Amino acid sequence: MSNSAVKFKNVEKKFAAETIIEKLSFEVEDGEFITILGSSGSGKTTTLKMINRLVEPDGGTIEVNGQSIEQIDLIELRRNIGYVVQQIGLFPHLTIEKNIATVPELLGWDKEKILVRVKELMELVKLPYEQYGKRHPKQLSGGQQQRVGVARALAANPQIMLLDEPFGAVDAITRKELQKQIKSIHKELSGKTFLFVTHDINEAFYLGDKVMIMNNGEISQYDTPKNIVTNPKTDFVKELLDTIYEEEALWRELK
Amino acid sequence: MIDYWSYYHTRLIDAALMHLQLVTISLVAALIIAMLVIFTCINKDKWLSGLIYFFSALYSVPSYAFFALLIPLTGLGTTTAIIVLTLYSEYVLLRTFSTGIRQIDPLIIESARGMGMTDRQVFFKIQLPLSSKSIFSGIRLALTSIIGIATIAATINAGGLGTILFDGLRTQSIETIIWGAVLTIILCIFSNVVLRLIEKITLRNLELGD
Repeated sequence: MSNSAVKFKNVEKKFAAETIIEKLSFEVEDGEFITILGSSGSGKTTTLKMINRLVEPDGGTIEVNGQSIEQIDLIELRRNIGYVVQQIGLFPHLTIEKNIATVPELLGWDKEKILVRVKELMELVKLPYEQYGKRHPKQLSGGQQQRVGVARALAANPQIMLLDEPFGAVDAITRKELQKQIKSIHKELSGKTFLFVTHDINEAFYLGDKVMIMNNGEISQYDTPKNIVTNPKTDFVKELLDTIYEEEALWRELK
Repeated sequence: MIDYWSYYHTRLIDAALMHLQLVTISLVAALIIAMLVIFTCINKDKWLSGLIYFFSALYSVPSYAFFALLIPLTGLGTTTAIIVLTLYSEYVLLRTFSTGIRQIDPLIIESARGMGMTDRQVFFKIQLPLSSKSIFSGIRLALTSIIGIATIAATINAGGLGTILFDGLRTQSIETIIWGAVLTIILCIFSNVVLRLIEKITLRNLELGD
């Protein structure tokens, strides 16, 4: 089962006169956890948003599960892709239960099935339904809200998950905890493809089966973490790795 | 004062009810128009801004002149009054509604879209409930301002508390003027209290209560 879940072919995107993404081509295999690493303005978020058509490409083709996304009904496409944004994006006027139930409700599942699913997901992200189901997002900590965001995106059992810097706004310890959880969630729900955008190198290398390093709208290197470290292909990647080594040296010194 | 009330209370109450009717009809009409405008223009920022400018221009026309201008078209009476009051409240409603909707965190809207909500669903499930607080304050603001403006409508024979006030002016009867003014104020306070109640109940149902 090595079908490609997501496939970009010569994709371009311009905003006004500025070219954000130039001739981007890559493939993501079914069930992989891909992290997309880049600084702000590198086009990583734009790349992600083109998959569920929140951003429309100006050229090239994007395929999801072997089908061009232009041939899939927009609403249909989005309901089959889980999406978690920067800083949560939970609906503040709905309870945690209702937030998680959003997509199943849009899809018209019956109430009991939704309830079972919500409980199951809240179990998965370690927020027991009895305790948290009826609360509102603002009554939860940042890390907890982020987990609800993940649960909500998983609700309708999408094969593909897009995560746009989901852990950007939480403290370091919570962040580490969330990273462990998302990794184990990916393992537990085998077969799901995760695309995870981040600007944190440690996060990218820790989580990704493969890391896609982006710079100025192009892919600098796209490989397994190990291959990237042993064989950095471009100057940009070398520079990036150097910052990590420098940091490491700093910590060693302090010890 | 009290004597005046016992002599004329039917007339006073009638005028107050007439006033309430004028204001309510105008406000409901304005509310329906505002909802339609916001719903159709929500993703067309320029159209919405253009419309708000248009209504703000109308809002700046003095009410006296506005009534007079419409007489050749719609004649004397309640129709003209209702049109003018609707246009005045339209500006307040559109301004507050659009501010309320624009204040919603764009990330919330984006994740709603990303989850596969249609524009309609985003509007009814997310944008409308999340801007309901400003919508309600807009309604109350509009109501208060047109209750005042509606007194001028008496000059074009539309009835209401303005008739009492202008009667008092003409006959130089302080008692009449005071009763007219007091009733206008009471009407204002009363309708605000009622709206407050409706607001509270709605917000509680939307789980937005403070």
